[in-house]
Amino acid sequence: MAYSSYCLVCGGTGCESSKADLIYRELRRVAEERGVDNDVQIVKTGCFGFCEKGPIVKILPDESFYVDVKPEDATELIDEHVIKGRAVKRLMIKDKERKKHLETEDDINFYQKQVRVVLRNCGIINPEDITEYIAREGYAALEKVLFSMSDDDVIAELKTSGLRGRGGAGYPTWQKWKFTKDIKHTAEEVFVVCNADEGDPGAYMDRSTLEGDPHSVMEAMTIAGYTCGAHKGYIYIRAEYPLAIKRLQTAMAQAREYGLLGDDILGSGFNFDIEIRLGAGAFVCGEETALLASIEGERGTPRPRPPFPAVKGLWGMPTVINNVETWANIPMIILRGGEWFARIGTDGSKGTKVFALTGKINNSGLIEVPMGTTLREIIYDIGGGIPKKKQFKAVQTGGPSGGVITADHLDTPIDFDNLTKLGSMMGSGGMIVMDEDDCIVDVTKFYLEFSVEESCGKCAPCRIGTRKMFDILERITSGKGEMEDIDRLEAIAVSMKKASLCGLGQTAANPVLSTLKYFRNEYLDHIQNKRCPSGVCKDLVRYEIDAEKCIGCTVCARRCPVNCIAGERKTVHVIDQDACIKCGQCYDACKFDAVRIA
Amino acid sequence: MAKMTLEELRKLRDEKRLELNRRKVDEKTIEVIVSMGTSGIAAGAKETLQAFIDELNQHGITNAVIRQSGSLGLDHAEPTIEIHMKGMPDTIYGSVTPAVVTEIVDRHILKKELVDKHVFDRPAPDIIKE
Amino acid sequence: MSTQTVETATFSDELLKFIETWKDKRGNIIMIMHRIQQEFGFLPWDAMAHMAKLIDVPLAKIYGVATFYHYFKLEKPGRNKVAVCMGTACYLKGARDLIDELSNLLDVGVDETTEDGEFTVESVRCVGCCGLAPVVMVGDEVYGKIGPDGLPEILAKHRSAATEGA
Ligand SMILES: Cc1cc2nc3c(=O)[nH]c(=O)nc-3n(C[C@H](O)[C@H](O)[C@H](O)COP(=O)(O)O)c2cc1C
Ligand code: SF4
Ligand code: SF4
Ligand code: SF4
Ligand code: FES
Repeated sequence: MAYSSYCLVCGGTGCESSKADLIYRELRRVAEERGVDNDVQIVKTGCFGFCEKGPIVKILPDESFYVDVKPEDATELIDEHVIKGRAVKRLMIKDKERKKHLETEDDINFYQKQVRVVLRNCGIINPEDITEYIAREGYAALEKVLFSMSDDDVIAELKTSGLRGRGGAGYPTWQKWKFTKDIKHTAEEVFVVCNADEGDPGAYMDRSTLEGDPHSVMEAMTIAGYTCGAHKGYIYIRAEYPLAIKRLQTAMAQAREYGLLGDDILGSGFNFDIEIRLGAGAFVCGEETALLASIEGERGTPRPRPPFPAVKGLWGMPTVINNVETWANIPMIILRGGEWFARIGTDGSKGTKVFALTGKINNSGLIEVPMGTTLREIIYDIGGGIPKKKQFKAVQTGGPSGGVITADHLDTPIDFDNLTKLGSMMGSGGMIVMDEDDCIVDVTKFYLEFSVEESCGKCAPCRIGTRKMFDILERITSGKGEMEDIDRLEAIAVSMKKASLCGLGQTAANPVLSTLKYFRNEYLDHIQNKRCPSGVCKDLVRYEIDAEKCIGCTVCARRCPVNCIAGERKTVHVIDQDACIKCGQCYDACKFDAVRIA
Repeated sequence: MAKMTLEELRKLRDEKRLELNRRKVDEKTIEVIVSMGTSGIAAGAKETLQAFIDELNQHGITNAVIRQSGSLGLDHAEPTIEIHMKGMPDTIYGSVTPAVVTEIVDRHILKKELVDKHVFDRPAPDIIKE
Repeated sequence: MSTQTVETATFSDELLKFIETWKDKRGNIIMIMHRIQQEFGFLPWDAMAHMAKLIDVPLAKIYGVATFYHYFKLEKPGRNKVAVCMGTACYLKGARDLIDELSNLLDVGVDETTEDGEFTVESVRCVGCCGLAPVVMVGDEVYGKIGPDGLPEILAKHRSAATEGA
């Protein structure tokens, strides 16, 4: 006996708390009462990612989507929708919200804030079977370029699209291509390079793209080859990404077999091939000039720019270098037109952006949203909010080159320019959510430690500056900070910004500057009060047991690894501060909130 | 496969598209797509894939195709799988351990009912209409 | 167990063939070093010297490149590589505690190998399953959402697996 419809009740962590379970039971009860429980199956689902409007109920196969549903609504949903087949308009999402992002594409599901351009094939096609890519318009853009577009046409299309580089800096892609195209006839050789070094320590968008849809990047590189006069492309990818490397190798072999790479592609007379080059665990090699040095087999130290790679790059030849995500956008831009692409996003930032949403967030994962989506939508609608009902503190974007965005700016539309204005940056797309338990100074120290380790040491401002800043932060987090340290940090930051050779040094102070701007009080707490409000900096933390709250359950005493908690059953327990190693076990263990961080 | 010309590429695209579409409406075909990105594999997607092969075999279900794909992005719910079959809405399941595979085969495929608590929604509309 | 030195003769045929195909490509040395490390688990001095001869590049240059990149190891690693993810997500979720606990349990610091040659502890950057943070990898196996309490069991599993396999 098959059901004729399915009623899905969101049972994600966000909704669970807001009565989803009650609604589920009500729906079942009513369905049974009306005798339709064999026609409609009512199930609880994982999170739909629209938690701010939760609980959500979706009815299939009509795809009707109900928001803010209350247990009292169950009867109406069953009677009206399931039995009479009439939508309950009252509970549907309002038109105003539907139209927000993409006025033109009115037949996609608007409640979903995500839109897939870059990730269009990820999770859908088999990345190891070229024919599945081809079936989904794969290599149709290359076809169009090879047989009906001139180099200028391609660049014009990119210009119309407004596509900006997704590797961090957001440089207009068409301009880079044009520099190279304009000098292609005078150059001995031209190269195309894909930057798949993905060094931001909290990001993996590029890896997922290559694992899920390697051909889209290869197709785009071939298009660039045709446009800018290159016959050879390199994909520089981290050695730490074995699966992505394997999928790329498979994809390249298949493309060669099908005549989509190699000589005389599709009989057009155009030759192009791609080679994989492995990175070797140096973050600075994500910087384009260092990356090119690394492909050349040298130590990956940056070179002064100008000259820019577009003019003088790999082996001194003009080189078009773009990031994986930038590449993955290009086939769709060619196929559907720059205008189509330019309709998505904001004035200065077109298209979508993929983020790796991680940290203290319920639905961590890869998301792709139109530029201009707000942080609130990303964190609460898509991400399902913060786990364990903790307080949101900040989001870090841009990794070691970026900064934090606070609750005050949750409603700022995310794009290149707004993030820069807020003192952060787009970076490659890591988005790390922090809650009240995370110490801003400690996280900043984490990024500085990263920069110290990754500075290539070629220029002094960066080599010495990162180390000095790290040392100061280390002092502050261990309770030895002084007020002058804040001025020192700011002074070092200024000189690093000015005098460093490459982007790493120029931006390494951003995490410090941004957190000093938004969380100065937290620094002051560490320095003046020798206190870490979130209880992370061990040297500044003291665990105490609240005599009022402790019921003497002995749990903490049993958990303490150094047995420094004394107390009989049913009497108030006490921590021996001299012996305490501040492991925090007692804090986590107490069910009565009796252990406090002082 | 020898190198293709433009015409052959177009022909291949049309044929393959037809084949995939046919599979979608074909009464007899059940299509299971397992997400095999790094995060999926780390969460146990290989075991999930094997469990599907075993379960389908055990029930003598021969009209099912199991395909692999990249990540859908639902990291918190890995391993994820998607099922297309006639008479059921296209469904994405998350946290699909081998035990859940048994349930999916038993209930979704054989009894045509959804498996509670493991249904997820497609994270994003695909902007390219076919 | 093999020693730190490697006879030139121990380059496998596949490795020699790989070097042959890459010999004349521009910028080949990093790719060849990857291949050598794949074979030996690290870059033995003799292997680098042999490579220098095969492709006619000064050893100093190869050494200079090897020391620049974190991925290349100049010391023989333990049988099991225990890599703690120190990416941002894992850091926020307590990766530091995992490293501390490992050095407690194994009596080695980051990038060091236990005396019995069983484990090398490493810290790596985001391994790309932040949804499972904090993450530890032993060899190719990924363990997610683990606390310091979970480490002894994981180590035990790989320790026995290694001695049994040996
Ligand atoms: C320290 C540093 C690290 C970088 N890391 C990366 C990276 O991992 N991936 C990337 O695509 N671009 C990275 N970039 C940016 C590149 O230098 C370059 O701008 C980018 O590859 C250009 O491609 P796009 O125009 O498509 O963004 C980095 C830049 C700096 C300064
Ligand atoms: S700024 Fe830092 S990473 Fe860049 S070249 Fe100078 S020392 Fe090297
Ligand atoms: S766990 Fe909490 S309530 Fe129990 S003895 Fe310790 S402090 Fe008191
Ligand atoms: S913080 Fe750790 S060492 Fe200190 S009292 Fe609590 S459990 Fe014991
Ligand atoms: S930060 Fe550890 S897996 Fe991403």
